[in-house]
Amino acid sequence: MNSGRTSANATSANARIGYIAFNTFREAVRDRVLYNLIAFALLLSGAAILVGEISIDIERLVVVNLGLTAVSLFGVVIAIFIGIGLVSKEIDKRTLYTVLSRPVRRWEFVVGKFFGLTGTLVVNTLLMAVGVLLALLYVAHRFEKMDAWVLVALYFIVLQFLIVCALALFFSSFSTPLMSAVFTFALFVIGSLAEDLRGFARIARGVGGWIATAVAYLVPNFSALNVINQVAHGDAVPGRLIFYNSVYALLYSAMAISGAVLIFQRRDLK
Amino acid sequence: MTATRQANLVATVVLAFSMAGVIATLYAIDHTRRGAVTQEALYVRSSTLLRRMSLGYTGLLADIYWTRAVQYFGEQHHNGSSDFRLLAPLLEVTTELDPKLLPAYQFGANFLAPKPPNGAGLPGAALFLMKYGIEHNPNQWRLYYNLGFLYYTELKDYAKAADAFAQGAKLPATNPFMPILAARMAQHAGEFDTARMLWSTTYESTKDAQIRDNAVLHLLALRVDEDVTRLEQVVEKYREQTGRLPASMGDLERAGFTHGTPADPKGRPYKLMPNGRIEVQDPESIFFITKGLPPGAAPPQPLHQVQPESK
Repeated sequence: MNSGRTSANATSANARIGYIAFNTFREAVRDRVLYNLIAFALLLSGAAILVGEISIDIERLVVVNLGLTAVSLFGVVIAIFIGIGLVSKEIDKRTLYTVLSRPVRRWEFVVGKFFGLTGTLVVNTLLMAVGVLLALLYVAHRFEKMDAWVLVALYFIVLQFLIVCALALFFSSFSTPLMSAVFTFALFVIGSLAEDLRGFARIARGVGGWIATAVAYLVPNFSALNVINQVAHGDAVPGRLIFYNSVYALLYSAMAISGAVLIFQRRDLK
Repeated sequence: MTATRQANLVATVVLAFSMAGVIATLYAIDHTRRGAVTQEALYVRSSTLLRRMSLGYTGLLADIYWTRAVQYFGEQHHNGSSDFRLLAPLLEVTTELDPKLLPAYQFGANFLAPKPPNGAGLPGAALFLMKYGIEHNPNQWRLYYNLGFLYYTELKDYAKAADAFAQGAKLPATNPFMPILAARMAQHAGEFDTARMLWSTTYESTKDAQIRDNAVLHLLALRVDEDVTRLEQVVEKYREQTGRLPASMGDLERAGFTHGTPADPKGRPYKLMPNGRIEVQDPESIFFITKGLPPGAAPPQPLHQVQPESK
């Protein structure tokens, strides 16, 4: 009897999270987030045609570099600007009270919002990935074996979005949208230089060294998730790195989301 | 337990578990990417471009590049690599962004010129760096010292070394050793005391752990070279006096040529060979020595010894 109730609770919790996630995705689409795809398509097709005219032997390189960089940056911008408003917008519009007055728990709301946003970005990335591959086909006339690594780079970009979404949601759980955007963007920049930070920490000694090491290991590590240059040159990505990066992104997102849940649970919404 | 408390508890457990997992995974990622990180030490080679990109914050960027140079050299050395191709551009970019970053010049003087695996084997690049440093910091005696040191240790051009030390000696704020070094270059360039003075000055004029370690190793090697030279002279004197070579170190002591058993800096007694040569017991344990080695052996190099320590 008890286990039956627990199972039913879990099912309904999953259903509620799924519902919030779907609504977040629908809202993002309604907000014309996917319009960025038009800009992306214009940029990539323009570049593909242009590099064919002006460059020698680096058409593939330019398309991969430009395409993947654009996928990454467009996605990060979307993740930040939607992520920071996920909570505050619901409070401003007072829709949050309606949601929470129903049998929806606060943690379900946060987790649902996270899945909704990452879902939006995954769809966005998939469409952009098709664009990159088409541009690649246009300049190289055929796919090569090494193009498979481009898919790995795209997968890493999705992992990057998981972390950025989780961070944006974490900051938006206690801060204003503007400050959340600043914090998330700052962490994105710091995280992109995370390996340098750990280098500094290795050199530092004493208490400073300990603090630097702690900070260096707690900021998100985006450096290892960026293999764009590597795959542009057709270099392989080690399987171990794919595994570790996947585990890392999942754990980091879980960490930020549980932080967001803990804060949001205590937040006075009156 | 209420649903809220339950959710809080789960979130706290997930937070703690994922934080520990993040650190452990990051550690594994760093190990997986060690080679890649080293190769990516140099993001942009053009200091002009970097200046524009830095929006005027060139000092900070120079510090980042300087740290990368130290890390890069330390990692490559630690990994036993002889490939230091990024060291010269890293130091060039660093000093072009901040021409007053004196430790970078000293590091260049010590590690750009020596042949791999102790350096990049680029004496030309080292000279260029020193001259660039002097051009931008004409009142820094250390840079003249580094230039003289480079001429002395790597290029064996004692006249130019003397000239560099003499120029440094003329500065209003200089090291008392500079005029002595300049004078010694003229008549005693190849002597142990001169080399010892140079390496001691190097040791005392820096806080960089890698440079200090390197200086200590050279000072120890100098002591061995000097000991072996002196002991071989003693053996020769013994042969002249007795008409035969000594059978053991004890013969030298009994004849009053030595006191006790002469030992290397590691405390291992020197070996007297049947042909009168002196050898160290463990040639691999004392780096940079040029004497006391078995015939045909190359001077041992301190692979894996110098760690990236400090700025």
